[in-house]
Amino acid sequence: MNCPCEKLKTLMRQVQKMWFGAPQKSTRFIYLDHAAATPLDAQVEKAMQPYVQNIFGNPSSLYEQGVRAQQAVENSRKNVAQILGALPEEIIFTSGGTESDNLAILGYARAHAKEGKHLITTTIEHHAVLGAMKQLEREGFEVTYLLPDQNGFITTDQVKQTLRPDTIFISIMYANNEIGTIEPITEIGNMLQKYKQETKKAFPVFHTDACQATGYLDLQVEKLHVDLLTLNGSKMYGPKGTGILYRRRGTKLQPLQFGGSQEHNLRPGTENVPGIVGLAKALEIAESLRAKESERLCALRDFFIKKVLTSIPHAHLNGHPILRLPNNIHISFVGAEGEAMLLYLDHEGIAVSTGSACTSQSLDPSHVLVAIGCTHEEAHSSLRFTLGRSTTKKDLEHVLNILPKVIQKLRVLSPFV
Amino acid sequence: MTFLSDGKSNPQTPWVYSDIVKDHFFHPRNFVKDDEEVKDYDAHGSYGSPACGDEMHIWIKVDPQTKRIIGFKWRTFGCASAIAATSIASEIVTKDGGMTLEEAKHLKPQTIIEHLGGLPDRKIHCSVLCDKALLEAIHYYEKNYS
Repeated sequence: MNCPCEKLKTLMRQVQKMWFGAPQKSTRFIYLDHAAATPLDAQVEKAMQPYVQNIFGNPSSLYEQGVRAQQAVENSRKNVAQILGALPEEIIFTSGGTESDNLAILGYARAHAKEGKHLITTTIEHHAVLGAMKQLEREGFEVTYLLPDQNGFITTDQVKQTLRPDTIFISIMYANNEIGTIEPITEIGNMLQKYKQETKKAFPVFHTDACQATGYLDLQVEKLHVDLLTLNGSKMYGPKGTGILYRRRGTKLQPLQFGGSQEHNLRPGTENVPGIVGLAKALEIAESLRAKESERLCALRDFFIKKVLTSIPHAHLNGHPILRLPNNIHISFVGAEGEAMLLYLDHEGIAVSTGSACTSQSLDPSHVLVAIGCTHEEAHSSLRFTLGRSTTKKDLEHVLNILPKVIQKLRVLSPFV
Repeated sequence: MTFLSDGKSNPQTPWVYSDIVKDHFFHPRNFVKDDEEVKDYDAHGSYGSPACGDEMHIWIKVDPQTKRIIGFKWRTFGCASAIAATSIASEIVTKDGGMTLEEAKHLKPQTIIEHLGGLPDRKIHCSVLCDKALLEAIHYYEKNYS
């Protein structure tokens, strides 16, 4: 507080208050949409800072500026590799989860089209995976989409029964971004490893999108037995527009873009140096907080779910009751429409998301909710609350005070319930 | 019915819809709070959007002499723009002694959208369904009371 700018800020706030009066809208802001985006961690921002301004050189340049930038990229790569239990050359920096998924799926299938044309995935994947699969179908590949059970869970047996001699690639998400269900990646990875040993084949290779799992689940690639793994900076308190694709050594990919030789010729273009540095720092922090944060958020999550289900009639939980991300709460409130609930909550300073069709460009309800057997009405009446580092019990108690009133108001307007 | 904090629009706060939509969304007019309110109403009509699951129900009361709609009550399951569209339609139809049944039959979605100060394109087809529900109610009335 001794800093003169702090004093100035306080003074400005006082003047502002005198001038405009107290703000009308609730100034309390409770952000419960961490699955959509996370704020940039202050330590991450600090780590990035030198590379935004001073060390601006191109990592491909041979003078000191360039070498320092290149060292920053390579140190980041080493740090990421260590956290994943991988080799530095197995880490590819990308522009985010979508690019990593596309590079893994399109890149592998196109490079191995001669060996097989069959791929396996699930109906509840992120659109980045589903969109890439649809593209492969247009290119003549065949894709099997596994249906989860009503909790959003995929079993190892389902995968096993779908395997064919020409299956070259399998992509199953680590944890679902909408309903938070955790898939048995280690078990599926184990089964596939045995299958490959028995059949003496190099494929199918196994990819997982772990964007939502970061900071909550074990990312050790050797334990998961995955060949490709997607991570996203903006879901782990890192910078937007940054991502990672882990690629097991020897897994051949065909690049999506062509140009320079950066990222082993797989991802040409001048490296996003501050982004890469920030991403590596963000992953390091997420991993160091993982055990404590998971435990803390599991307790908050279960507290909130229990309170909502006991205090609001006709509410039901979507997703798995136990095998669920520590920060995910997804509930349908039949009779109250999702977008309307979202906007009433927004007015109270609470940010959440919904599986309602009304917020999507296509006006279709969430494909995940449809896949787990929700009726259109249930999908239309759902809210997702995703907790994060800033979330406190007090925040959730505040939401628990507001939410029943919001739902009550909309149910009065509604012809249902 | 007042909401938790006032729904007054604040030009400083960015919002996805127009201020008129915001006003009707936070302060909906003429909705059915209690079934008793529409007990003596003459006709009911409903319409749902197969695309996104929105559903509107409306009840009308008609002056038998003048054939003007003197009461318009509604219930809506839908997003902010669907709620606002039905709310503003109830005002348009009952304004100045009410529209005649003939006038009400020609109420166009475009008129409702103009009164709302516009809607995002993708919202138009699913949000403005009240004209169709109203038409159903009018047809019911004409069939049963003429």
